[in-house]
Amino acid sequence: MRDRAEYARKGIARGRSVVVMQYADGILFVAPNPSRALHKISEIYDRIGFAAVGRYNEFESLRLAGIRYADINGYTYNRNDVTGRGLANLYAQQLGMIFTDSIKSLEVEIVVAEVGESPDEDQIFRLTFDGSVFDEQGMAVIGGQSDAVAGRLKERFKVGLPLAQALDAALAALTEPGGERPPVAQLEVAVLDRTREHRKFLRLAGPRLERLLAAPEPPAAPPAPEEPPAAPEAPAGEEKPPAPETGPPTAPEGDIDDGSEA
Amino acid sequence: MNNLFTNTGSSSFTAFLGAHAPDLLPSRPESLAAPVGDQIPHATTIVALTCAGGVVMAGDRRATSGNMISQRDIEKIFRADDYSCLGIAGTASTGIEMARLYRVELEHYEKLEGRSLSTEGKANRLAAMIRGNLPMAMQGLVVVPLFAAYDPGRDAGRIFGYDVGGGPYEQREYHTIGSGSIFAKGSLKKLYRADASPEDAVLISLQALYDAADDDSATGGPDVTRRIWPVVTVITADGFRRLSDEEVEGYVNTLLQGRMSDPDGPTAPLR
Repeated sequence: MRDRAEYARKGIARGRSVVVMQYADGILFVAPNPSRALHKISEIYDRIGFAAVGRYNEFESLRLAGIRYADINGYTYNRNDVTGRGLANLYAQQLGMIFTDSIKSLEVEIVVAEVGESPDEDQIFRLTFDGSVFDEQGMAVIGGQSDAVAGRLKERFKVGLPLAQALDAALAALTEPGGERPPVAQLEVAVLDRTREHRKFLRLAGPRLERLLAAPEPPAAPPAPEEPPAAPEAPAGEEKPPAPETGPPTAPEGDIDDGSEA
Repeated sequence: MNNLFTNTGSSSFTAFLGAHAPDLLPSRPESLAAPVGDQIPHATTIVALTCAGGVVMAGDRRATSGNMISQRDIEKIFRADDYSCLGIAGTASTGIEMARLYRVELEHYEKLEGRSLSTEGKANRLAAMIRGNLPMAMQGLVVVPLFAAYDPGRDAGRIFGYDVGGGPYEQREYHTIGSGSIFAKGSLKKLYRADASPEDAVLISLQALYDAADDDSATGGPDVTRRIWPVVTVITADGFRRLSDEEVEGYVNTLLQGRMSDPDGPTAPLR
């Protein structure tokens, strides 16, 4: 059981991180992704988005199942009756079942995010390969060096950031100290925007994304007198830019309850 | 619920529903003891016409059961996705259910495949759904939709008609369905202008509906006292837009003012 968990953790930590965070009008998803066709971020339903890291074929089948679940429930009842919580429970069951029953656990970590009418109704669930569900507040980071990225994101995260600044914070968090930001063409960015009608999910790409990336500099300049966060080469307490072998940092904090000891 | 995770091999929501929960499909295989056509509400007239860079669809608000008006403010035009909509005529309940399923069908494909269906693909899917309803149509539960879409590939609006057996039949310029369709079509024939602006096309569609309501008892005209206006939608490159009641009221007032002095509406030039 422990081997299985270790195996999954290593697989998940290999890739790049994905950031999911709240901003003023909804929830922002940012993933460095060189492919334009193989998405890590996706729409599940009107108000629900999905982000995943790990093995593509595994999280893709989870994504498809989630869409089937949402569409069939929305069609059976009403569109408002499809909730992020219900979807997270479905995923948790499936992940937990595979983790305990199968020879190999899924090497995935996923986020299910639901945008509400107001920021307090936004929900971000993080699910790990063993089926644990975490109800995250404001932001979640999955995959790669997720602890380091989450640390950098926490420094910059504020409630109610405008979109451009939230995107800037996410990119700063995804960039190792002293490293270069991924080019626009290798970014997958999407939002669940509560101000949109019908379907809230929107991919941001091309010129629209470039404009957003160009935007934050002027507003970011005045409210940044405390210089440490912006520093390109002054990582206050960051220890691990190129140290992936020290330990896979992803997935459930603490020991996994594998039932092996009473 | 676990078979949600099994692949059904297709991006079609209807196919998935048929495998996973066939009882949720709108078709009802058992035949009725006696035709009920006259006892359940029927939706009436829908008109659609192309305009510069898009398409306009409008529908009246009346539903009838036999000689009774069963609803004054029914909505018979449904948004299918960002670039298409459908209007229904015939049995209201079956039509509404079909429109709901059709919307999920388009969305389901789009989310699974990461791309929208082509305009022809959308029209064909709707044909298959109508064909599925054929046994019920023979029992009197006829539903015939009208499908309108903005085709990004052509940068133009397109209109597809159907019959009870399916279709689709692509229509050029304009098309009407429902009990008042004969009168609406006659009106459109004289008022239609190629490359009319979307605003002009909205007015044309309202004139056609007014003419249908004038001569067909099952089609409702604008209800001035209750302020119930026809549903008007415009689809262009900017996507689907349903005009607000205030906007439609403006157009209707223009129309009514003209009809005050000219009850039969605008006349087409003779030569």
